[in-house]
Parts: sequence; C-alpha cells; structure tokens
Amino acid sequence: MVSAVQTRDTENDIRKVLLSIDDLHVWFELRRFGFGRAGYVKAVDGVTFDVHQGEAIAVVGESGCGKSSLMKTILALYKPTKGKVVFDDKDLAELDNKGLHWYHSHVGYVQQDPYGALPPFMNVQRILEEPLIVGGIKDKEERAQRTRKAMDEVKLTPVEDFLEKFPHMLSGGQQQRVVIARAMIMGPKFLVADEPVSMLDASVRVEILKLLRGLQESHNLSVIYITHDLSTVSYFSERIFVMYAGSLVEKANVRQVLDHPLHPYTMALLTGTSEPDARNAETFKELPPGEPPSLVNPPTGCRFHPRCSKAMKGLCEVKEPPDFEPEPGHLVACWLYQ
Amino acid sequence: MTQKNKLLRIEDLVLYFNTTHGPVQAVDGVNFELDSNRAVVILGESGCGKSSLAKAILRLLPRNAGTYSGRVYLDGKDVMPLSEEEFRQNVRWASISMVPQAAMNALNPVIRVGEQVAEPAMVHLGVNKNEAFSQVKKMFQHVGVPEDFISRYPFELSGGMRQRVAIAMALVTSPILIILDEPTSALDVLTQANIFNVLKRLKKELGISFILITHDIATSSELADDVAVMYAGQIVEVNDAYRFFDKPLHPYSQKLMASVPRLHGTKEPEFITGRPPSLIDLPKGCRFADRCPARFEKCVQDPPVVEKDERKVKCWLYA
Repeated sequence: MVSAVQTRDTENDIRKVLLSIDDLHVWFELRRFGFGRAGYVKAVDGVTFDVHQGEAIAVVGESGCGKSSLMKTILALYKPTKGKVVFDDKDLAELDNKGLHWYHSHVGYVQQDPYGALPPFMNVQRILEEPLIVGGIKDKEERAQRTRKAMDEVKLTPVEDFLEKFPHMLSGGQQQRVVIARAMIMGPKFLVADEPVSMLDASVRVEILKLLRGLQESHNLSVIYITHDLSTVSYFSERIFVMYAGSLVEKANVRQVLDHPLHPYTMALLTGTSEPDARNAETFKELPPGEPPSLVNPPTGCRFHPRCSKAMKGLCEVKEPPDFEPEPGHLVACWLYQ
Repeated sequence: MTQKNKLLRIEDLVLYFNTTHGPVQAVDGVNFELDSNRAVVILGESGCGKSSLAKAILRLLPRNAGTYSGRVYLDGKDVMPLSEEEFRQNVRWASISMVPQAAMNALNPVIRVGEQVAEPAMVHLGVNKNEAFSQVKKMFQHVGVPEDFISRYPFELSGGMRQRVAIAMALVTSPILIILDEPTSALDVLTQANIFNVLKRLKKELGISFILITHDIATSSELADDVAVMYAGQIVEVNDAYRFFDKPLHPYSQKLMASVPRLHGTKEPEFITGRPPSLIDLPKGCRFADRCPARFEKCVQDPPVVEKDERKVKCWLYA
C-alpha cells in the first residue's frame, strides 16, 4: 500500500547521487552498402547530469532529438560510444551479465504504448509474474503475494477481477497501470517513464501521472520522465532538462524553466504549448522556422542557430556554446548569457 | 438569423453499429449548427462517438452500420435523401472533405505525394492532370509545403510535412467545410502549433469552415469559435469558445476543463473518476450521472436540452 507521503528535499546536495551520466555520447554508425563508413548518427552528443535518490526529473524534447536513445542507454540496452553511465557507484559498461541482471532488477521501465508493451497472449497475472520468475523467485506463494501487492499499489482493484484478464480486455488507463505494476514489481530504486501518458485520454492522463507521483514519493524512487509535453511536467518533476539535437540546452528546476526560460528553444517550446483560452484562435504563434536538424550532419556551433531569431553572427554558427549559469542552479547552453 | 444562413445544420443524427452484443449507439440524436467561416470543436473522450459523428456526416459508413437517420442540411438543403451517387458527386469532397485520424500515416508509400493530392481533384471535379497539378501547387502554397515536394514520396517527408500534405488533399477540391479528426495528436509541440497556424490561415484566407474533432482541450482552443462537448453518443453542451473556456456549463465539461494540466499556476489538475458507459448498454436517464459530482434525484430521468442565452446544455441543473 502507498505509505505516508515523504517530504521532498529541496536541497539536492544532501541526497545521494543514484545515477550519474558523464559526457555521454551515443553514436550509430551509418554504413554504405553494408560496408564502409558513411558517417554517424549522433543521437546523444555530450550529455551530463546527475539524478539523486528520490528525485524526479524530466527530459523534454521533440521526436528525433535523441531522448529515446538517451533512455535506452540508461537502461543499458545501448552501449555508450563515449562517456559513462554510473548507477549506484557502478559503471554500467563494466557490468557482466550477472551485474546487468542486478541492474535491471533495480530499474523499472514504463513504456509509451501500453498495448504494444504488453504481450497479448498472457493474462495480467502471468505478465506480472514474469519479472519475478526471471528474477529467480521460485516460491509460488511469494510471487502471488507480490503480484497482488503491486496491483494494489497501482489501484487495479479488486485484484481478482483483473488477474485473469488479457490486455485487450482492459482500457488504456488500466493497461498502463499493468505496465506500471510490472515496472514496480521488483521493487526498483529507479524508474524510466517514456511518455507514459501520451497515448491516453486527457482525463486519464492526470490519473496516471498522479499515480506515478504517489509511487515515487512513497517508495522514494528516482524517476526520469521523458516527454515532449511541457504542460504535464510541472506536476511531476523537480528539474527539467531540455534536449535539442542530441544535447541538453537548458537544465534547471521546473519553475525556473516554465516561468523564466532562458534558451530560445525552450521559449519556442513554451510558445508552442497551448493553454485553453479562446483568445488563442485569434492570434498566430511566432514559431522558429524549419525543423530539427538531421543528427548525421548537425549544424556547426550552436545546433539551434539556423532557427534562432536571436542568433549572433560570427559566434553562434562558429562555436558551440558551453553551459552558462546566469542564475544559481539554472544552466543554459546559449551564447546570449556569456 | 434564418436557417438558410447556416452552412451546416444537423438534426437528430443517429448512427448505430450492429454487433453480436446488440447495437452500439455511437451517435445518438446529435444536433448542432455551424455558420460559414466558423470552426466548431467536438470535444470528448475516446469512445464517445466523435469519430463516428464525422463518418455519419460524410456518410462514410462501415459495413456493420445499422440505424442511420436524421437530417443534415448543407446550405439549407437536406442531403440525407440523396442517393449514394448524388452524395458522392455533390457532397463528399466536393463540399465537405475530411482529414481522417492518422492521415499522415495513411499516405500510399509508393506513389508521389503530388499525385496523391491531385487524385481527389481528378475524381471529384473531373479536371485533367495538368489542371489538377496546378491546383495541387496552389494548395501546397496554402499549407506551407515547398512546391518541389510534389514529386517526393511520403517517406521523404517529416511528420509535420506529411500532415500538411493530408490537409492539402482535403483542400484540393475547394470544399466549404473540412472535418479534421485529431489532426495533431501524433505530432510534436512545435509541429502541432505550426499546423494550427496553417489552419487559422486557411480559415482567414479561404473562408473555410472547420469541424475539429479532438480530446485535447488545450490545443482545440487554437481554432475554436464554438465548442460542442460529446459524451456517450450525445452532445451535452454547445457553447461559444469564449464562454466555454472561461466557464463551461455541464458538469462533465467542468470536469474535463479541470483535468487540463496548466503551465502556470498552482492548481492541481483533477481527474474524472469512473469510466464512460458502454455504448451498447447505456444507463437510463443522464448518461454522466454515475460520475457526476452534482447528481441529484432528477438525474435518473433523461435530461432535457436547456437553452440559456444562446448556449445549450443537456443537464437537469439548468432546467
């Protein structure tokens, strides 16, 4: 059951760093006719951040910005080309099979499309037992108990009504609850949620987000929430990382980013996000022209400069901006703030 | 205003589907009107029958369609008695066209986009290929697709561009009304905002009317002049956008509005408890009663549609 809500630390420093990502690069090789190098898709290109125990962070970016590659590298499904992912003081690249097994039992993964993520030929009980069987829990009674506990926690109740059901018999919200229960069943320390609500109806979205937050608080979980929707972020995470073309352009806490964005790309994302207001229909939105660049040949210098209205000639297209810190705890990779 | 002035008037539209468990009452007595050069948003959760409503208007009925009745007046003329062939020639795509859900993924991968967009013009207007292509070029300009994309294949286009192509396909026959079914639900934020800029421009420049079907309240406000809220096959509220987004009337609309996450402000979004009723086995009385925070004794009876200063709401609270 969900226990008493723990108070969140606002002072990040006193919490233990659970996951640390250091100068991570994930490049995919392009081959010409099966051999010979044709270049690289630089999906993740120099990403650095820490996630503390019990902290929820959001990675925000458009499709094709590399956020899924980042996530899969964190889940140890891809190998980093350069840089490190360190979980609980252990470098993922150095883990052997047994180590990876240990790692995966501490990380939960909530997929984007619940129906696609659930095997159609297994009932809910079987789906939830699977990680336990793989995790080596042989006692049938214990498995049943943990299955029930997980279902209780995601409010799939009464449990008996759902145990025998197959995914197609459940609504979208219930399917997503099964996915979350499956992610939680091994008692992870850390959850990766990849657009967990984008496929759901607006009214169900809030329900699932609140459920995830409840779990995060009661289990003191660290969560990486990956999304393109800024409006759901503030209800869920403490810090936001904005990703554009393979790198993080702005890192700060939620209110700083939403109320006082610094990077021109973050500003554009906020302009693009609608709030229900009838006046919207009368105005056109000022949006950056063009589309996100190809990750094979990203623009030189700042990758956003071809679309940026504030680009400074002779600087932005030449030199890649480092992280500046114009206000405490608010990092932005933009020359405007040097 | 006389009824003649209405571009579209729908009276008591009904569309049921036959299934082995009984009829699915997807569209159950829908009424609404639309003036020319206006946009109405049909808001509702998935499974409330909003896509079926679009199909019923365009008479794109699946094989298991059962009861199909009511009146659809287009420019004052009832189009329901028209034969299938007359309807195809005079209404579908000629006057009313549609951008179906996920249209951008439904483009034929082996035919150049220019040809796909030209096809409705050649079929419905009977123009030759050259004329159709010059029309395509015009439409590409309107929706912001570069002209040389005409000879590209769908896989060479980004998602946003493909969606623009799908809109061009609905535009190419110069219809007076376009039905958009979730036009931006699979797109990124900036692409979404761009598409709405395009739609606003089309409305302004070409004087087209829109029916926008969506569950996304926040983005729907980008185009809405009027809002109709649909629940379990019925329209429960019709309101103008200003008053709706400020203060909706029906308890369901109020709950929907409260579920929208906001960028600013501290108010936590709420969710609606329970699930919509099955369209096969509908409750008697108000269909929202089970989930309604304001329910009282009267709600066991079917609520009347109450008209309140040009707004309509199907709820006992206002009767």
